[in-house]
Amino acid sequence: MLKQTGVPSTDDLKRVSPSEVRLALGPVAIIECFQKIPCNPCATSCPQGAIKPFVDINDLPDFDPALCNGCAICVANCPGLAIFVVDERYSEDTALIKLPYEFAPLPEVGTMVGVLNRGGQQIGVGKIVRVQNPPRFDRTAVVHVEVPKCLAREVRFLALGANKR
Amino acid sequence: MVERFNICIIGGGPAGLRAAIAAGSAGAEVLLIDENDRLGGQLIKQTHMFFGSEKQDAGTRGIDIAQQLVNKVQSMTNVKVYLRCAALGLYDDKVLTVLHEKKYRKIRAEKFIVATGASERMLAFPGNDLPGVYGAGAVQTLMNVYGIVPGQRVLMIGAGNIGLIVSYQLLQAGVEVVAILEGSPHIGGYLVHASKVRRAGVPILTSHTIMQAIGTNAVQAAEICALDSHWARLPGSEKTLEVDTICLAVGLSPLSDLLWQAQCRLTYIAELGGHVAWRDANLCTSEPHIYIAGDVAGVEEASSAMVEGELAGLAAAKSLGLARVDVDTAMSQAREQLIALRAGPVGEKIRTGLALAQMRGDEQHA
Repeated sequence: MLKQTGVPSTDDLKRVSPSEVRLALGPVAIIECFQKIPCNPCATSCPQGAIKPFVDINDLPDFDPALCNGCAICVANCPGLAIFVVDERYSEDTALIKLPYEFAPLPEVGTMVGVLNRGGQQIGVGKIVRVQNPPRFDRTAVVHVEVPKCLAREVRFLALGANKR
Repeated sequence: MVERFNICIIGGGPAGLRAAIAAGSAGAEVLLIDENDRLGGQLIKQTHMFFGSEKQDAGTRGIDIAQQLVNKVQSMTNVKVYLRCAALGLYDDKVLTVLHEKKYRKIRAEKFIVATGASERMLAFPGNDLPGVYGAGAVQTLMNVYGIVPGQRVLMIGAGNIGLIVSYQLLQAGVEVVAILEGSPHIGGYLVHASKVRRAGVPILTSHTIMQAIGTNAVQAAEICALDSHWARLPGSEKTLEVDTICLAVGLSPLSDLLWQAQCRLTYIAELGGHVAWRDANLCTSEPHIYIAGDVAGVEEASSAMVEGELAGLAAAKSLGLARVDVDTAMSQAREQLIALRAGPVGEKIRTGLALAQMRGDEQHA
């Protein structure tokens, strides 16, 4: 399915998802990288050592969710924009998603935006909580969007232009 | 007057720039020529972060890599650059003829490194000559070099890395990408690129192709259809999409004209994109004064083009006795980097192609 549509299958996602126990503990990266390509900035950028150094540059990331604190530095550094941080402990009924965003204008904190799933369909609205865009992120902003908890594992993008309306 | 250099490099893209830096750092008198107004080749429009490892500037955007390489080249007093300089002929008395700012000139060098890159392929379909049908490279140049969007509703043909990346860049420029069509049953580019355009709402239609571009004076629509497992049209699957731009990203072919003319031994290797020169492990062709690097040696990623450029630059300098003390280490490190970059499943096609390109002529026909 991924190779036909660009949308990973449930099985693909199962392989990269941290455990329920880890997800319940708060912010953690979800590395949606399923293809061996020559690429390793996730491992070299992780300050926690949660993504192990690659033996072969073509390896898939070897990620230990127990060591991850959800800092999202890998989110800005992944050239494939394939890493997200999910915090399912954000509030009683909402979760926080940190996602990479390279579109102008950047959304403004406090605004409500349409949120999209991996297939690009709008599945709800979320609230922009924070936008990180420091020079060391090199123009890949990390947008923090608060979404209903039931959507935490589906929301991966923002509706383009939603912030203009 | 004939100008003389140790090494002349033809093409100022990622391979040529790195070749110039490597040869220059070995102490060679280098001339780098490019037919464009500025150095950088395709890097100057690559706004995405590069893959690879730190050694190949992974995580850095192509546009920034270009600037770093150009700055380095310009800081080297023994590297001269001619822009708006097109190579015309490369002769066996080691003379290159060029058209430089409308003047015909001759350049003599002991070694030449051909880093001319590749050209985009065309696709045959009715209406492909209508205004509004672009190559993906042209769209990228218009947008990322000149800040001009090609249209408002684009149909992308080809889901290789270029089709996927240019689609993403169109979205960044505020242009709607109606769909990405791919004739083969699988997405050819990196799946992370596919996923990021898909989640932005762009459908990727594998086993689909364009039948015709529709319009009187410019593209107004495109008729598309699905393909069966034998690449034949599925009757009844035809659909018309309202678009003002059709962007073709259907592959690249090595720009090997100069190598043909210089009588290097060339072979057609589909895995490398077309006709490529035979080369040894140091990228020297069958003509001992001509080296190759980058897409002209086989269509691949810019990361490996840069490493090939470095290897060819070092090897050419070493062959002239101009080696840095660490040349052997640097060359073997470059070869190891190339092996590592190509080691994974996505490098299989390149590995197959390169094995053929390094065989001697008699082995190729065995």
